[in-house]
Amino acid sequence: MSDQAICAWQKLELGTAITTPGNAAELRTGDWKTLHPLTDQEKCIKCGLCSLYCPEFCIAQDKEGFYPADLFYCKGCGICANECPKQAITMTMD
Amino acid sequence: MNKAKGLEVSLAIAEAVKQADVDVVAAYPITPQTHIVEELSVYVANGELDAEYVPVESEHSAMSAAVGSSAAGARTYTATSAQGLALMHEILFIASGLRLPIVMTVANRALSAPISIWNDHGDIMSERDIGWIQIFAENGQEAYELTIAAFKIAEDHRVLLPICVNVDGFILTHMIEPINFIDQNEVDKFLPPFKPALTLDPEKPVTMGPVGVPEVYIESRKQCEQALINSKAVVSEVLADWGQRFNQKYRLIERNGAASPKTVFITMGSMGETTMTAVKELEESGQSLGQVRIRLWRPFPKEEFLDAIKDVEEIIVIDRALSPGSHSGPVAQEIKALLYDQPQKPKIHNIIAGLGGRDVTVKDFKKMYEMARNNELDPNYTIWGVRSDA
Ligand code: SF4
Ligand code: SF4
Repeated sequence: MSDQAICAWQKLELGTAITTPGNAAELRTGDWKTLHPLTDQEKCIKCGLCSLYCPEFCIAQDKEGFYPADLFYCKGCGICANECPKQAITMTMD
Repeated sequence: MNKAKGLEVSLAIAEAVKQADVDVVAAYPITPQTHIVEELSVYVANGELDAEYVPVESEHSAMSAAVGSSAAGARTYTATSAQGLALMHEILFIASGLRLPIVMTVANRALSAPISIWNDHGDIMSERDIGWIQIFAENGQEAYELTIAAFKIAEDHRVLLPICVNVDGFILTHMIEPINFIDQNEVDKFLPPFKPALTLDPEKPVTMGPVGVPEVYIESRKQCEQALINSKAVVSEVLADWGQRFNQKYRLIERNGAASPKTVFITMGSMGETTMTAVKELEESGQSLGQVRIRLWRPFPKEEFLDAIKDVEEIIVIDRALSPGSHSGPVAQEIKALLYDQPQKPKIHNIIAGLGGRDVTVKDFKKMYEMARNNELDPNYTIWGVRSDA
């Protein structure tokens, strides 16, 4: 058997279904990105717009009121940087 | 078998679907399949059939809706033809890949261009490798009966694959034939309610059709292929059971004519009936002739076919589709590949006949036989009846 295969074909669920719910949370969708957001806290006014616009819902407010991105899920699209009214976010090479 | 009734075959197929008590019909009307789904919509509208009728805007949607409803655990039916089947193409792989036992009638019809609404097998031959079980009906009675049997085959837990029942467009679909209908209680005894193995259920969530990364795709295809290979035994079993109950014997491969013929015609679909008439007439004039009908096309019943042609010196394979740029028609390709590693090989003639509804008569078959005997046919394939100046 190929050492690349996840499992033997006989062991696959019917139609290759996934029967354990919730495991999509384990997917590191953030692995695909080449750029990630970097916030200049001097410029940030804590308005939360970046969090509203993020299509991955991966920006949440922290204890100090800032809005850092969870890079485990961030796909590097740059929407947050584009929407920030204060140009506080710069997209930086991974 | 109780009451014989003269009926258009399309309506008999619709009756079979109704008797199978389907839960969902999703279909788009396309000639020459239209009468089937029209009739089903009437059944649903007047309450004779308790099902959801989904009138979609294209065949791509028809098959998508069928995939969704089958995945939700509903007994699902659709029908199509030619361009409609081609439009379903990408979803056909999803239905088999997800192991959904959808039943579909394909009213076989030529593909455009030029537009032709008439019969040949160009549509289904373009869909040989979709992983569906594919059977061919030869007459109205068979179209009716195989439609009911198809549900039982597809839904068997050893199978769980979609199945298409091929019926020649117009030649069968629009013919009025005496049909023996089976009593509803007999159908109910034969066909138990659909028990899906895995369903989309919010109480027990599953993901169907996830991304198949390179680490799993091959295994997934293998699972699907093996299910198709294994389905041959179930098709035999279900048809044998059918024979017991309703006194109609349907074999995967059927041989007719002389006991040990030198030459056999190989046909698929309704043309077999005309071939048989020619074979009978030629036999009466002392020729040693037979006929082999392929009823199950996918999975191809290799052993049964080899058995049907053993001791035969010469076979004339009739194809109703072109495979442009190849060395023969699709059925002949299949048979040539099969015979390659056999110790005894009959001589193979291949005739491509009846494209786009061109008539092929008893006289034509007699002429084919004569030309084969005299070695006057093209060694690759002969397009029968093509008018040429050469
Ligand atoms: S780059 Fe895109 S995905 Fe990443 S945090 Fe910003 S908006 Fe979200
Ligand atoms: S949008 Fe800009 S200013 Fe507003 S919270 Fe996000 S980073 Fe700060």
